[in-house]
Amino acid sequence: MSSDSFDIEKIALLARLKLTEEEQLRLGRQFEGILQHIDQLNQLDTENVEPTSHVLPLQNVFREDEVKTLFEDGKYLSLAPRQDKDHYEVPQII
Amino acid sequence: MHQPTITQAKHQLLEKKYSAVELLDAVYKRIDAVDNQVQAYVHLTRDIARQQAEAADKKLAAGEDAPLLGIPIALKDLICMKDTRTTCASRILENFVSPYDATVVQRLKAAGAVLIGKTNMDEFAMGSSNENSYFKATKNPWDLNRVPGGSSGGSGAAVAANECMGALGSDTGGSIRQPAAFCGITGLKPTYGRVSRFGLVAFASSFDQIGPMTKTAEDAAVLMNVIGGHDPMDSTSANVPLPDFTATLSNDVKGLKIGIPKEYFKKGLDANVEKAVQEGIKTLESMGMQAIEVSLPHTEYAVATYYILACAEASANLSRYDGVKYGYRSEHADNLMDMYTNTREEGFGEEVKRRILLGTFVLSSGYYDAYYLKGQKARTLIKQDFEEAYKKCDVMVSPIAPVPAFKLGEKLDDPLQMYLSDIFTISANLAGIPAMSIPCGLSQENLPIGLQLMGNYFDEATLLNVAHQYQQTTEHHLQHPAL
Repeated sequence: MSSDSFDIEKIALLARLKLTEEEQLRLGRQFEGILQHIDQLNQLDTENVEPTSHVLPLQNVFREDEVKTLFEDGKYLSLAPRQDKDHYEVPQII
Repeated sequence: MHQPTITQAKHQLLEKKYSAVELLDAVYKRIDAVDNQVQAYVHLTRDIARQQAEAADKKLAAGEDAPLLGIPIALKDLICMKDTRTTCASRILENFVSPYDATVVQRLKAAGAVLIGKTNMDEFAMGSSNENSYFKATKNPWDLNRVPGGSSGGSGAAVAANECMGALGSDTGGSIRQPAAFCGITGLKPTYGRVSRFGLVAFASSFDQIGPMTKTAEDAAVLMNVIGGHDPMDSTSANVPLPDFTATLSNDVKGLKIGIPKEYFKKGLDANVEKAVQEGIKTLESMGMQAIEVSLPHTEYAVATYYILACAEASANLSRYDGVKYGYRSEHADNLMDMYTNTREEGFGEEVKRRILLGTFVLSSGYYDAYYLKGQKARTLIKQDFEEAYKKCDVMVSPIAPVPAFKLGEKLDDPLQMYLSDIFTISANLAGIPAMSIPCGLSQENLPIGLQLMGNYFDEATLLNVAHQYQQTTEHHLQHPAL
């Protein structure tokens, strides 16, 4: 692990964030410090340690596949910033 | 206290000393008088609350009862209430109106509560000072030049300033307990899975828990009875029995073992905090509890582990804000990609961006094993520390924060310092155990100090029992700001 590897432009693109140049500089500097702190985990021997993704011993949680109505008709679609009758509107894709 | 606790108000409503509408009017009058200074609320739900209070009065007149009948409660503004705004104190959700009730809101309504408004917070619950709100910075009612803590700072300040009788907050890394400590109130983060997260806007799904913020441990028990328990709508909610938390408040605490984790009392602890917490431990001993030293050896890795895992989960959770289905959309875009990136650039504040970027990085190709997987393994070690410690003790006691409430702006330019101030609260979220904050004294500058009680899995009952008995013995929880 090394904090040198943080390419803020590339990460911002992956995160779908458009950063100003000033933000790139400031956040980049802050990440150096944060990643240096995080790098202290290298001191830990985790060779034979299982990862924990979830603290409770839950396996798959199954339920009956029943249709339930959570929202009134059209209510969910009406939350969209741009919509028309029964679909979302977005800028040109192709 | 110039306003009653939930428990006292319940009795007074039943005795018809005042009506639910009169109680609601008194609370709104208080809000109108002080909230221009405290700024605890993002928005008020006056019409809904009025209807609920009138309905409560009808039920009271008919001799009906319910656990929170007629009691004014505030909600942190990341908990969905049908047909009202849920903003998460973010521009991206500024005008979002919830199409449904969170499970906790359904349960509060069924219990007769009067839901008076939504409280301010750090944007998407990311922060320790409430300064990351898109709308405004809430002030600490004890000193308006200081922060109320975060991220549930609006809920903490509202309870401390008597702008509600109790509130719900959420705790991902200390966001109930730290503002409870800074504001001099009682706050409980339940065991992960104890309270349904359905309708709680997600920050880090394997950490987030909703919990009560109140004036007393007794009130926290009343709220836990209402909001706790399994919910089929949240597949991570635990299907375990929910005890009556009020039934065991008066249990004898003699002979209980309190573990003092030695790693939590190292240098860097403010002298006022250390003194108040040590006195708190002495009080618990004088009540017949036995203090022993325990060790949580991986404590120093908790902040690093937390920021890897919580940011990773946040980066995935917040990818849903893309300007398509709900929330803000940038007007400045000719194509889909620009619409996504401009929407998120304009809609998110800096701390949220910082965490999305960090989370995206630790999950990105080539770094996943070195950061994310390493963090998950460190989480196992931290969890094992707690499992070992609870073989020797019933509860653990520590400070909540290294210092009392700090000044507005003091840590804003140094995110790492802000993150490190969460050192004592973060481990409970990594391990998933329940933990609470209760007031244990005031600093020389007249600022509240919080004592942390950490419990074993699903043993909120013992925490509430110990906290209630402590509050029967001491008067720290009765102190209130001059405001």
